[in-house]
Amino acid sequence: MTTLDITSSSTARSAGDAVLSFEDLAVTFGTEFGDVHAVKGISLDVRPGEVVALVGESGSGKSVTSMTALGLLPGNARVSGVVRVGDKVVGELDGQGLRRMRGYDVAMVFQEPMTALNPVLTIGDQLTEALQLHGVAYGKQATGRAAELLRMVGIPEPERRLRQYPHELSGGQRQRVVIAMAISCDPKVIIADEPTTALDVTVQADILDLLRSLKDKLDTGILLITHNMGVVADMADRVAVMLKGDIVETGTAEQVLTTPRHEYTKRLLAAVPHLGAGPGQFGDVQPAQVTEAPVPALELGNLVIEYHRLGKPPFRAVDDVSFTVGKGEIVGLVGESGSGKSTIGKCALGLIPAASGSVKILDQDYGVLGRKQLKELRKRIGVVFQDPAASLNPRFPVGEAIAEPLVVHDIGTATSRRDRVYELLESVELPRSYYNRYPHELSGGQRQRVSIARALALEPELLVADEPTSALDVSVQATVLELFTALQERYRFACLFVSHDLAVIDLLAHKVVVLQDGRVVEQGLREEVLRNPREEYTKRLLAAAPVPDPAEQRRRRDDRHALLTELGEEIVELHVESEGPAKRAVPGSQGENASRFGGFFGG
Amino acid sequence: MSDIRNTDPRGEDYEPVPAAHGIDVEGGVGAGVEIPSLPTEERSYSQGQLVRRRFFRHKGAIISMILLGVVILVAFTSLGIGPIPGWWDKDPARQYEKIGTGAPTWTHPFGQDSIGKDYFALVMLGTQKSIIIALGVGLISTIIGTLIGAIAGYFRGWVESLLMRLTDLLIVIPLLVLAAVLGKIASQWGIWGLTLMLGIVTWTGLARLVRGEVLSLRERDFVVAATAVGTGSGRIISKHILPNAVGTIIVSATLTISAAILLETSLSFLGFGVQAPDTSLGLLISQYQTAFTTRPWLFWWPGLMILVIALGVNFIGDGLRDAFDPRQQRTKA
Repeated sequence: MTTLDITSSSTARSAGDAVLSFEDLAVTFGTEFGDVHAVKGISLDVRPGEVVALVGESGSGKSVTSMTALGLLPGNARVSGVVRVGDKVVGELDGQGLRRMRGYDVAMVFQEPMTALNPVLTIGDQLTEALQLHGVAYGKQATGRAAELLRMVGIPEPERRLRQYPHELSGGQRQRVVIAMAISCDPKVIIADEPTTALDVTVQADILDLLRSLKDKLDTGILLITHNMGVVADMADRVAVMLKGDIVETGTAEQVLTTPRHEYTKRLLAAVPHLGAGPGQFGDVQPAQVTEAPVPALELGNLVIEYHRLGKPPFRAVDDVSFTVGKGEIVGLVGESGSGKSTIGKCALGLIPAASGSVKILDQDYGVLGRKQLKELRKRIGVVFQDPAASLNPRFPVGEAIAEPLVVHDIGTATSRRDRVYELLESVELPRSYYNRYPHELSGGQRQRVSIARALALEPELLVADEPTSALDVSVQATVLELFTALQERYRFACLFVSHDLAVIDLLAHKVVVLQDGRVVEQGLREEVLRNPREEYTKRLLAAAPVPDPAEQRRRRDDRHALLTELGEEIVELHVESEGPAKRAVPGSQGENASRFGGFFGG
Repeated sequence: MSDIRNTDPRGEDYEPVPAAHGIDVEGGVGAGVEIPSLPTEERSYSQGQLVRRRFFRHKGAIISMILLGVVILVAFTSLGIGPIPGWWDKDPARQYEKIGTGAPTWTHPFGQDSIGKDYFALVMLGTQKSIIIALGVGLISTIIGTLIGAIAGYFRGWVESLLMRLTDLLIVIPLLVLAAVLGKIASQWGIWGLTLMLGIVTWTGLARLVRGEVLSLRERDFVVAATAVGTGSGRIISKHILPNAVGTIIVSATLTISAAILLETSLSFLGFGVQAPDTSLGLLISQYQTAFTTRPWLFWWPGLMILVIALGVNFIGDGLRDAFDPRQQRTKA
């Protein structure tokens, strides 16, 4: 492209050889509460074959930035500054020009592959759509190309997959399909918005391998939007850290991750839990010592849980699981999605009945309890859910939400309850003035503190925490985890801590139970399971978790590839045939392409 | 508070108020980095305040509310209620000396009917009755519909099957036929009987809406959390589920009220509704339908009242719907 740039020197000078460039980009949203400045004048370039990571926590404006490149902002947004994709200025394109650009010059990989794919169209239909719209290939040729794309991203039996629907594929395969769609027209730049956040850690590693080989082999520029420092360390060449709509720091991945200059970057990195660093990463808080008691807080014996399905045999979500949670002990329940870890959590709360086996809470069995006794037992169990926004009643002020368990169990008077709520608010480090606030006025981290306070209202002996930090930003997660360990030390509750994040488990669990497909793969003390895993699956999980240090991550990646090779598995990469099928099929021969270049020479 | 923890109400991971508003662009950032707070963040609103704020921005709804308020005020103060006398000096039952053809004059602003009765007094009486019926029907059908919908949605199983099949049964019978039959029986107890009967046949739509809402709410985490704490079913429904379905319920109730006005009008017009000597807007139109060409005011005044009330209530319903569901509206840039 650079050779063609002689016709328009100004373009060449300002954009350089960047495939995507933002210049003084500012985005403002008009809302009913006045203007909100989402992006405040940032400049950023992405060059071919380069991965630029845009890092920031929720609300920092990173997704808004990426959406400007596609011209996909909602109607109440005002954009100023210049966004260039290749040689086109996005703001100057009309509807048709934008459509021609999307998919052809710049493509997008979304966070959640299930919602990014249309559930009522086959994979084949969706893949050929972009090809036909952009005049790359038609009919049989398009189908052939679609199959080739699937083969490129490593999906076996592509011809059969083309006729399948998105729900018939696994999460990782779906994301591969989304990537195949993104590269179908060989765009100059791909915007990947949290491409692995919705995926399991082993699948994440595969998708990252795929994206990495994509930029190497096709020389595509990638703008990677993520909040995960491990992913940044694994993928990025350059990093831009965003805070409140501003870029506060840019540099190479090495620079930013190992010697951060800006205060915010330092804090952000300090908040990332490191797998392998063990407990006490945030502050001096050490997990409490386990007190051996004759009666465990939770005892699962050969537990089987089945979901009944209409007209089909029941689905066995949990199969023959046995473990115990001692008093004052935190047991981390680890597994990927579908491993049954949340189901076990719900069963421990008595929300799902066991098909067989026993669930004993403080030596009492759910199955044999009457209504009264059940209520009594529930008084001794607390629960914290993953999404604090969903687990608090939006109509209840914070104070009432925390007092709810006290009201239900008819404990104390109105004044004593109020005092107790103040006390709990203080112990989760929220000001008393929050008593009358509503959940929607609070941030994610504050809401989760409220859920924790509610769970602790009755001073439970057992707490079930279902992914309590995975919906939170990393710096918020750090403070919540710190708080959690401090509270555990103070109240000494036993805890079943369900998580997919090994680093979090490593930080606070005494014992670890690794689940796969409803079965226990490995269980034992944290040091044993996470430092010297015996089972292959645990090894894989540990190898796939990225760490926020480029050098160490590179070493870990090589280790993981070695492990995969040892296990006789293929390392995921883009399969490009020798004569380069990914190159634009018929440049210039189609009317559209002609006008594309014509327009270019003219302007 | 010397550490960087989250004790400052404006610190750390603060998010602005309009979080329910589609794009959540500000906030949620930064471990303790100083961020100048925007002026908009100073105010904080409860859910109810937010709804009120949005409602009062809906011009159509506000105009309708004022208009409807005026109509209700005039209707009830002019003739008075029960023993309390009103400010209008003429009696709807008395015959006055006819002035000319009975067309509107200063003494009789709405004109007179064929035998000289003051039409303003008659129309106001009819408006009173129609409004009482409409509000009564709205109340009764909302209570029945909400209860049946909530019970069916929360308990599922055979309770749900039973209640929803009952609902289906009522829905498949044409509303007008059912109301006519029941209305005819009930009208011997005056307008209260009619109100009750109409309430009993119009709850079906709301029951289905509430059931759908409850079905989705009962799977939400905060309901699961309440169950796990040991909260009983009654408390969960009344404290956790229904307050969150209140938007649907209020909007539907408003629309039921305007539907009830029209239903009562149709029934009275057909002769199955309000019976003389009671009167209502529909009955007035029915009584004077033959006079449409000769004395058009006898048709237009009650017709206008029906229009104002029905349209006004509908607009208010629209305003409420927008207020409760902010995702439907896009604020201008």
